[in-house]
Amino acid sequence: MTVVESPGVHAELGARPLSAAPVRARKRGGARRRVGDVVYGALAVVVFVFSVFPVYWMLNTSFLPNRLIRGSDLHFFPTPDVFTLDNYRTAIFDESRSAFIPALWNSLGVAAITVVVAMALGFVASLALTRFSFKGKRTFIVLILVVQMLPGEALFVSIFRIIDSWQMLNTIIGLSIVNIAAVVPFTIWTLRGFVNGVPAELEEAAMIDGCSRAGAFWRITFPLLAPGLVATGVFALIQAWNEFVIALIIMQRPESMTLPVWLRTFQQATQATNWGAMMAGATLIAVPVVIFFLLVNNKMTGGLVSGAVKG
Amino acid sequence: MTRTETTGTRVPAPRPSSVATAPRRKTNPLPYFLILPSVVALLVALAYPVGWQVLTSMREYGLAQQFGQPATFVGLANYVEIFTSDDLWAVVARSVVFCLVNAIVTLVLGILLALLLKAVPTWARVVLQVALLLAWAMPLVAAVTVWKWMFDFRTGVVNWLLVRMGFEQFAGHGWLATPLSFFLVATIIIVWMSVPFVALSVYAALTQVSGDVLEAASLDGASRVQSFWLIVLPTIRPVVSVVFLLQIIWDLRVFAQIKLLQDSGAPVGETNLLGTFIYQLGVGSQDFGGAAAVSLFVLALTIVLTWPYVRNLLKEDEA
Repeated sequence: MTVVESPGVHAELGARPLSAAPVRARKRGGARRRVGDVVYGALAVVVFVFSVFPVYWMLNTSFLPNRLIRGSDLHFFPTPDVFTLDNYRTAIFDESRSAFIPALWNSLGVAAITVVVAMALGFVASLALTRFSFKGKRTFIVLILVVQMLPGEALFVSIFRIIDSWQMLNTIIGLSIVNIAAVVPFTIWTLRGFVNGVPAELEEAAMIDGCSRAGAFWRITFPLLAPGLVATGVFALIQAWNEFVIALIIMQRPESMTLPVWLRTFQQATQATNWGAMMAGATLIAVPVVIFFLLVNNKMTGGLVSGAVKG
Repeated sequence: MTRTETTGTRVPAPRPSSVATAPRRKTNPLPYFLILPSVVALLVALAYPVGWQVLTSMREYGLAQQFGQPATFVGLANYVEIFTSDDLWAVVARSVVFCLVNAIVTLVLGILLALLLKAVPTWARVVLQVALLLAWAMPLVAAVTVWKWMFDFRTGVVNWLLVRMGFEQFAGHGWLATPLSFFLVATIIIVWMSVPFVALSVYAALTQVSGDVLEAASLDGASRVQSFWLIVLPTIRPVVSVVFLLQIIWDLRVFAQIKLLQDSGAPVGETNLLGTFIYQLGVGSQDFGGAAAVSLFVLALTIVLTWPYVRNLLKEDEA
C-alpha cells in the first residue's frame, strides 16, 4: 500500500516551505502571502460549498412541505414553522409506487447474504495467499485483480439471460450470487493486506508453545484481524447496498426491487416528480451508508488506492 | 529419496538437486481448498457469463430465439454488422471523449485540491476532508438523484441562482434536453463524486514529499512552480498515475449516471455512452447477439486499460 498518511510534523511544516526561510525573505513576501492566504481561504470555501451543498440540499428539501418546494422562492432552511416529515411519510407509505418496506427487506437480504458469503470466501482465500505458497498463486492474484475491474455494464445482458435460465430473476438469491462474485475479489485483496499485517511469527511462537496450527491462528491472528475484518465487511456491505446496474436488470418486478432501483421509480414520464418525497427516499438510502463510510474510512484509505473500490 | 549414486564423492550434480525438490513438489492441497470457493463463485457468476457472451456474440440471437427458435451460428456477422454501423462508432467516440475529459478534469482538480489541503491551516484541512468524505460516501443513485433535482428546469436551485445572478435566459432552462449540456451536467456529477478519492489519495502522497528538499530548493531560488514540477510531481507520480488509470477505467463504464439522467427525458439516442448503448441494444431491442458483441469489445478495452494498473500493483507487491 503506497499511501500512508503521516500527520503531525509534515502537515505543520511541509505546507509552507517559505515560513522557514530567512526573515528578510519573509518580510518581502509578506503582502504577497497575505493575498495568498485570502485566495486559499476563498478557494477552500468554494470547495467546501461545492462538496457539501448537494447533501445539504437533499436534507433541506426532504424536510420542506411540497408547496414550498414547488413555489417560486427557495427555502434554504426548514425552519420550525415549515418543518415537516410528510415527505418521509409519502416515501415510505405511499401506495401509488412500489413500496419502501419490501425494497428495504430486499436490500437488507441481498446485502446480508453478499457480505456473509463474500467475507467467508474472501477470508479463506486470503489465508491461502498469505500463509501458504502454492503453484498458481501469482496467476490467482493477477486473476482477481483483473476480474474486479471487469464492468458489470458489459456483462449484464449475459447475466440477465443466465439468471433467467436458472429461474432466479427477481429473487434475492439471484442478485446475491452476482453481487458475491463482484465483491469477492475486493475482499480477498483487502483481507490479504490485513492478514499480511499480522506477522506469521506470532503463530509460529504459539505453535512452539504447543498450539495446533488452526488453534494458533484462531487464538492469535484472528483477534488481531478483527478491525480489518470489520472494515472490509462494511465496505462490502456498502457496495452491495449501493449496487444498481445488475439490480436494475434482474429485479424489475415492483415487489422485488432493491432500494436504489426503488428510488428510480419516483420519476415517471407520465407525472410531475414529487421531489420532496424523492429527496426523503434518497436520504433514507444515503444516511446509513454515509455513517458507515465515515466510521471505517480511516482504515481503508490506504487500501482503497490498491483495492479499487467504488466505481 | 532414491539415491542411485554409489560413489562417495559429493558432487552437486543437477540430478540430486532435482531429487531434493521432489518432496516439496508433493504440495500441500490445503491452499487449493481455501481458494476453491472463491474460484467457483467467480467461475459461476463471471466466467460463465463471459463465455456465454462469446458464444452469443457469434449467433443470431434476437426476439425469435427468445420464443424458442434455435439460435443459428452466424460467425462474425454480428461483429461486422455492429462495427460497420455508424451508431456504434458515434457512441465509441462519444464515450472516449467523455471518459478522457472527465478523467483529466477530475485529476487536475484533485491535484489542485490536494495542494490546497496542504496549504491551509490544520483546522481548515480537517473541515475540507470531512466535506470531501461526505461527497465520496454518498451512494451513487442518491447523488445523481440530488443533482437532477438541483438541475431541475422548473424549481431547481441552479436555474434559480443563475436567474438571481442576472441570467434571465435560464428561467425554465432544460439542462438535460440537449446533448452538450446533458454531458456538462453528467461531468459535474461525476467530477463531484470522483474528486474526493483523487484529492485525498494525492494529498496522502503529498505528505511524503520531503519538506527539507522543498526548503533547500526555495533557498536556492526555485520558484513555487519550479518546485512543483521538479520536486513534488516526481514524488507523487506513482500515485497520480494509478489514480488516473482508475479514473479512466471507471469513467469509461459510466452507466448508472447516464441512465438515471436519461430518465429525466433526455434524447436517448444522442446521449448514449457504451454502457447505455449495450443496455438499449440488449434489454431494449432484444438484440442479444449485437449487445454481446459490443460488450466483448468493452471487456477487451477494459482489460487492455487495466493491465498497467495490475502490473503496477504486482510490482508494488514484490517490493
